Amino acid sequence: MTAMLEVADLGHTYQAKDGAHTAIADLSFTVGTGELVCVVGPSGCGKSTLLRTISGLIRPTRGEVSLHGNEVRGVPEDLAVVFQDYSRSLFPWLSVQKNVEFPLRRTLGRSQRRERAAEALEWVGLSGAGRKYPWQLSGGMQQRVAIARALAYRPALLLMDEPFASVDAQTRFELEDLLLKVRTEQDTTVLVVTHDIDESVYLGDRVLVLSTSPASVVADLKVDLPAERDQISTRESEAFVALRAEVARLLNVGKTSEEVKARRKENEQQAAKWAEAERAEVSRVEAEDRATT
Amino acid sequence: MINWEEALRVRALTRGLLGVAGFLVVWELFGRSGLVRSEFLPPPSVVAVELVKLLGDEAFLRDVIATVLALLIAVGLSAGIAVPLGLVLGSVASVRHATRAVVEFLRPIPSVAMIPLAIVVLGIGPETKITLAVYAAIWPILFNTIYALDELDPLLVETARAFGTGRARVLVSVALPSALPFVLTGIRLAATTSLVVVVSVELLEGGSGGLGEFIAIARSGAGRMDIVLAGTVVAGVIGYLLNEGLERAQRRWVGWSSVTGGRS
Repeated sequence: MTAMLEVADLGHTYQAKDGAHTAIADLSFTVGTGELVCVVGPSGCGKSTLLRTISGLIRPTRGEVSLHGNEVRGVPEDLAVVFQDYSRSLFPWLSVQKNVEFPLRRTLGRSQRRERAAEALEWVGLSGAGRKYPWQLSGGMQQRVAIARALAYRPALLLMDEPFASVDAQTRFELEDLLLKVRTEQDTTVLVVTHDIDESVYLGDRVLVLSTSPASVVADLKVDLPAERDQISTRESEAFVALRAEVARLLNVGKTSEEVKARRKENEQQAAKWAEAERAEVSRVEAEDRATT
Repeated sequence: MINWEEALRVRALTRGLLGVAGFLVVWELFGRSGLVRSEFLPPPSVVAVELVKLLGDEAFLRDVIATVLALLIAVGLSAGIAVPLGLVLGSVASVRHATRAVVEFLRPIPSVAMIPLAIVVLGIGPETKITLAVYAAIWPILFNTIYALDELDPLLVETARAFGTGRARVLVSVALPSALPFVLTGIRLAATTSLVVVVSVELLEGGSGGLGEFIAIARSGAGRMDIVLAGTVVAGVIGYLLNEGLERAQRRWVGWSSVTGGRS
């Protein structure tokens, strides 16, 4: 299997006013073409930073990300992102159809755009909703629109940042199955970042377990479940239960030592500061991009 | 089946009309009560007769058209200047910081205070009142545009950027549409301000025609307050219609926004 995404010795340190914070350290992994890999880690461990470096929104301070062999510098042409917060990631002034067409504006003519968008909406089961506006749809439907938008772009790699964390449990099951369905049909390579252990095992061909911040890969587990998954029978299968237990152990869930607790608390307190540093970083990179182009 | 939306609209309209009727009744009673001499404050019945006469008067209509034209040009120009300027100031922090002192100095100057200066520089004519109206109208549009860019959701920008949208395009296809509700509110405020300035300039410095000059002349010679009030009513109606038109445009174009109350 050829590698679609290759992350090598990746590290990122934010420079804040009062010192530096290393969000990720020495991350290395690959995602093969057509694979669905889930990255699971404790909250505040640097998952978002990882995602932003892969999508080219920020430049890592160390190491390298390459997409089908090309080093990522700036936003890659054929990469699509689905964010957790669908309500803030869909453009409220555009209809569902126009939202899905948005990333195609630069490259395709009008009729082709329309065709692609209609097709992608059909994949996610929203054929009739093209003329509606995002805010007229339920949360689950909005996230389907975001997925359709990403798929219409025909990305080499689909990145998903906690895509189903903001919907109710039942919708989450529906969306998980939808993702599995379209990725088989469209043969898409997918990297899903999540903090939900069950979800990572249910969705993934592989699960990457990250450590607490600074993030590094603790384990790279192959999910030995049949390709065809089912919300009920898969989740009660022995292999699933064993695997989710293993991931949970690796994440130290439950038997949290005082030391880990203290570190976690500190992480949470600093999260706001890092977020700010990250925003500054994004605008700094943009300023540099402007200077170089 | 009852159409609730329609019913609500009819009810709102009825209430509005009742309010206007009440106001007219109070004015009529006050005008006829003898508390004020009726030459100074003629009752609405008298003003209405005068108004009907004026609406058939070509010179008066020409004045109304002069004012409305000046007003529309002023609003168009100020939007044309303030929106692009606001987009630049709102998205490039260094430019905003560099211009802050100048902006804060210029903004509080009442444009009416600049009438003498404008007349010396521009002479007496429509360009004077338009320039002064633009000067006054730029600020609400400019500040609303800058404010809207501050409120721009970073995730929307990030989404567009992640799909390979360049910075300039993000400004046009994300920042501008997302700012539009605030911008339109700014334009609505600017339109009211423009009307005030245009009529004030006409009133204080005759020679360029317009409703203000018409009112000034009616007051000066014979002191015909009925004609003055008829002119004032027309000015009010112009302001009302402009505001209503812009509000409609806002509901139609940016009904998606919570700013305009269209989003549920």
